[in-house]
Amino acid sequence: MSDHNTLGEILRERGVSRRGFLKFCTATASMMALPPTMTMAVAEALEKAPRPSVIWLSFQECTGCTESLTRSHAPTIESLIFDHVSLDYHHTLQAASGDAAEAAREEAMHAHHGKYLLVVDGSIPLGDPGFSTIAGISNLDMLKETAEGAAAIIAVGTCAAFGGLPHAAPNPTGAVSVSDIIKDKPIVNVSGCPPIPSVITGVLAHFLTFGGLPELDQYGRPMVFFGQSIHDRCYRRPFYDKGLFAETFDDEGARKGWCLYRLGCKGPMTYNACATMKWNQGTSWPIESGHGCLGCSEPDFWDAGGFYKALSIPTSDLAGAIGTGLGVGAAVGIAAGAMAHKKKTDAEHEREPLTVEQLEGES
Amino acid sequence: MSKLERIKVVELPAEQNLRPLLHEIGHALRKLADRGEEHVIDLRAMPFGPGDEAALMRFLGEGEASGRVDALGETRIRESRFPGVWLIDHYNEDGGRIALQIEITRMPSILRTPPEELQDSLAGFGLALKERETN
Repeated sequence: MSDHNTLGEILRERGVSRRGFLKFCTATASMMALPPTMTMAVAEALEKAPRPSVIWLSFQECTGCTESLTRSHAPTIESLIFDHVSLDYHHTLQAASGDAAEAAREEAMHAHHGKYLLVVDGSIPLGDPGFSTIAGISNLDMLKETAEGAAAIIAVGTCAAFGGLPHAAPNPTGAVSVSDIIKDKPIVNVSGCPPIPSVITGVLAHFLTFGGLPELDQYGRPMVFFGQSIHDRCYRRPFYDKGLFAETFDDEGARKGWCLYRLGCKGPMTYNACATMKWNQGTSWPIESGHGCLGCSEPDFWDAGGFYKALSIPTSDLAGAIGTGLGVGAAVGIAAGAMAHKKKTDAEHEREPLTVEQLEGES
Repeated sequence: MSKLERIKVVELPAEQNLRPLLHEIGHALRKLADRGEEHVIDLRAMPFGPGDEAALMRFLGEGEASGRVDALGETRIRESRFPGVWLIDHYNEDGGRIALQIEITRMPSILRTPPEELQDSLAGFGLALKERETN
């Protein structure tokens, strides 16, 4: 397969019909969280999209991000997009090893200088270069050397994006993120532990389709996937609004699917696409399985005060007050509704929302 | 029977997440009826909870038209009990769902012959006809 083939040509070579191509574009637009009206624009751009060279570097990581991408169901839109890129270097996936592997990286860097996409998973240790090396090269040196000729960098996973688990207190290796080191290249952070596979390929698809990186939020994450909080898109949100919370993992509230806020759900401070894109072929996601969000796509989530500690707790028992009100009749129920609303408003005023920094200070 | 299998799976009742979607479909249907304006809704972008999709399907029901396209896996097309509201369910070659959309239209786009394929179709037809008449 020629490196100069466009995606349209590659799919036609595989015998994919125009209808098939448009179906592919429909799913790609959906994966990129674009409105369905953009399907034809995506088709036009993908038809002419060249095959980009991708160098994937893995530093202090657990391979969970690569697993997330490659273990997704196949063949999929994800795998078609992933197959389309020329993956010239990836420790885990490449057949070559040792000198031959490093030669492949250098060859790709020279042949596609200024045009290749650099994907990084894992954090970079600054404490001692010996903590993590590849072919005798420190992670720091390899990142700097490879980033120099990259068109753009995708930091995949919370480790590459924000330091992640290696960065957790007391951070023994002095782990930092890609953007802590590289300052002169466009970087997109695809955080998550691991990120949703469709989000990783959605960013790749965006680069293929539009030749650049998507609009980013304050943490350098693509707005289309990280623009709304888990809480705002959660199907359990109506229970939060009514003040109905599960207090333990096996109480009546848990069985009825009430809000998991009091069980430590980090949905209100977490921005990710889990609530709509879900996991395992769209089967489910943590909150649908009855467990609160861990906030894994946020900086320093590991040190955010404990997975089962609520971000902040209203000072009165709102759910109990509502239950009593509804138990004695409709008229009183309406009054209880008004009371609940007042209590909720009061509680909101009395709450002292905690930031991650404050929680860190407590521990 | 393992311990895991003994845990009862309970489908929770659908909550309010469906209501705004049904109103969106209603507004789109009005635009189609009044002005012929088509609309597509990507259900992947919806924060559906357990039971929401099944409740949507029950509400839409089944109409008199349905179809199927085999291209990069199967696509199932079904008109709901409300003419003009179609459900387009895309699957990959492994049977995994890759997109689920509602099209408010008189004819779903995937059923129309792509104009790009008409010239190839014409050439192929001509060739097949010539071959038949030669033999």
